[in-house]
Amino acid sequence: MRAPDTDLPIILSGITAKAGAVTILDNITQTIAAGPPTVLIGPNGAGKTTLLRVIMGLVAPDAGSVSWGSHNDPSQVRRAIVFQRPVMLRRSAAANIAYALGAAGVPRAQQPQRIADLLALVGLNGLSARPARRLSGGEQQRLALARALARDPAVLLLDETTASLDPAATKSIEDIIRAVAQRGVKVVMSTHDLGQARRLGGDVMLMHRGRVIEHGPAADFFAQPKTEQARQFIAGELLV
Amino acid sequence: MSGDTSALTLILSGDPGLYRIIALSLVVSLSAVFCAAVIGIPLGALIALTRFRGRDGVIVVLNALMGLPPVVVGLAVYLALSRSGPLGSLGILFTPQAMIIAQTVLVTPIIAALTRQTVEDLWLEYREELAAMDIGPAARIGTLVWDARFSLMTALLAGFGRAAAEVGAIIIVGGNIEGFTRTMTTAIALETSKGDLPLAIGLGIVLIAIVVVVNALAWAARRAGERYAG
Repeated sequence: MRAPDTDLPIILSGITAKAGAVTILDNITQTIAAGPPTVLIGPNGAGKTTLLRVIMGLVAPDAGSVSWGSHNDPSQVRRAIVFQRPVMLRRSAAANIAYALGAAGVPRAQQPQRIADLLALVGLNGLSARPARRLSGGEQQRLALARALARDPAVLLLDETTASLDPAATKSIEDIIRAVAQRGVKVVMSTHDLGQARRLGGDVMLMHRGRVIEHGPAADFFAQPKTEQARQFIAGELLV
Repeated sequence: MSGDTSALTLILSGDPGLYRIIALSLVVSLSAVFCAAVIGIPLGALIALTRFRGRDGVIVVLNALMGLPPVVVGLAVYLALSRSGPLGSLGILFTPQAMIIAQTVLVTPIIAALTRQTVEDLWLEYREELAAMDIGPAARIGTLVWDARFSLMTALLAGFGRAAAEVGAIIIVGGNIEGFTRTMTTAIALETSKGDLPLAIGLGIVLIAIVVVVNALAWAARRAGERYAG
């Protein structure tokens, strides 16, 4: 994995996204800088998933733009995403990674070593030949991470990656996220889990009803929230 | 009962004429399914993944073509291959090749329509993941067809069932010539009309057995494949 040299910071300028008459993202202007993971938190329907999809280029905003460090050509951005429920291709774990490597243009001769490295990184080296769809939920998420990392991303987007996992599986995913972030990959992730935001977040972005309510360093956000909504959310109260 | 006994005796006797008929039937039907798969699977996948004006109409027509009357297909292929037809110069009317063409016409819509539905359903599941990996249109088709391969086997079996059971088209374009274009279905029709029930019953038993065996083999292959690939 290479250092995020040219693709950061991610600059969101006036991002607005609508689904019919409903506004999903409302004029979001933020800068996501290089460094430890940026964690998007907020209640259901806050717009976290849509914002990640906009950054990934899977959803075109109705207004606004995303620019990337020294350029604003999305085709040059080394980015990858792991969905909350990743789809496993109907082939082995190793073949899933091989597929992603092939899509990323990695020469076939280099693939076996890359596959071994990625499987080792996510702790699946003993399961390379196992059909991907027969892996447990946690193993599938780790494989999805390996598949995303096969693209050698500068920016890794994670959408509620641990939402349906037990604590042990969640811990193994968090360990991988830490390892990936330490290698210089910018992680931008959404979660419902405030504890996870504390454990992993370098900065936290609280979203509600398509807007960013507060964005700042995780330590400050949790110790001294600037807004009443952030205080309520941290206290476990319902944001409606 | 005596007809049944005679039929079994005929099957077990190793009658070369009977086995020639069985072999030709298999060659014609399997060749037609192969040709129809080569055309129908990419066609169905292409329709599944592309959006164009009139697409709904194309899908309706494709689905309707699954019910093509064999005698109409036989007549159309006969006219095309007859001496004065556009393909008359090929000189293949009343040959096994003509029978394969007729059955390919019958089976292609079945395989294409079932492929279209299967691939479209899988595409809904895979769309974002493949988009996130920047997979291009041609590679998408290849990926979806490969990952749908076990489901597509059902489409191939449906096509084989149609081809193996079909008589109307091949009797028109093949002519039911003994030792050359006579298949199990055309022989059953002929022998029944002649009153030779033992041969007709024997061929009927073999035909059903072949269809069952082919389906059993396909099922076993599917289960083994699923165990390997998930």
